[in-house]
Amino acid sequence: MTLRNPLAVARGLGSAKEGTGHFIAQRLTAVALVPLSIWFIWSALGHFGAGYADARSFVAQPLNASLMAAFVMMLFYHAQLGLQVVLEDYVHGWLELTAQVLVKLACFFAALVSLLAIVRISLGG
Amino acid sequence: MSETRSSARRPMSPFMIGPYYKPRLTSMLSITHRGTGVLLAMGAFALAWWLYAVAAGPSEYDNFLACANSLLGRLVLAGLIFSLFYHLLNGIRHLLWDIGWGFELPRAYATGWTVVALALIGTLAAWYCAFMPGGGP
Repeated sequence: MTLRNPLAVARGLGSAKEGTGHFIAQRLTAVALVPLSIWFIWSALGHFGAGYADARSFVAQPLNASLMAAFVMMLFYHAQLGLQVVLEDYVHGWLELTAQVLVKLACFFAALVSLLAIVRISLGG
Repeated sequence: MSETRSSARRPMSPFMIGPYYKPRLTSMLSITHRGTGVLLAMGAFALAWWLYAVAAGPSEYDNFLACANSLLGRLVLAGLIFSLFYHLLNGIRHLLWDIGWGFELPRAYATGWTVVALALIGTLAAWYCAFMPGGGP
């Protein structure tokens, strides 16, 4: 039995039968980002305007490297999920498709660049 | 499908504020959450650049610093710091709603004003640490 108005179903206004996964992933990354952001604000933010040696030794410290790697992964995943919804709301047609693909690939690539940078700094290469 | 949608002409979120709903604290906080989220997504790319610059070496890092220390760079950083505080605090508010807490109108307003106050305090404190010489925790 469905409570949906039959006309609405006929017009194709029903759910796309996906979206729960997106919802859960967005909340899960949000939950992870709460403590990670607090760490980021408290200990990482001060090193942004700092000199090269200071910034490098900060990221090279093992716990900082792990937290930064976790932060970056959660951040880009969460950002992609959020930008996807914003694009769905405001951009339509071919422009939306292009933007969605570009955002997904850019988030993936930037996360990859960040992680490789953290690994390189950690290993002292 | 999109034709049916537009011919039905039903107002849809997020296009309700203005023609259908008067602006309220709750709706303004909602759209600000989205706006700061978009800004932070761009800020994530700045963070990736910072990490890349640290890995790449002193000369690339100098490029980053020159950009970050310019007037525009400082304005962007200041905006990102506010966005981070606001989106973090209002995000916690959203997560509380997700577990079913705080939906009552008085509580939604109380938590809303709390988010505004704490975001401003946190932002000012972080700006002080970031931009005042000798500042920092």
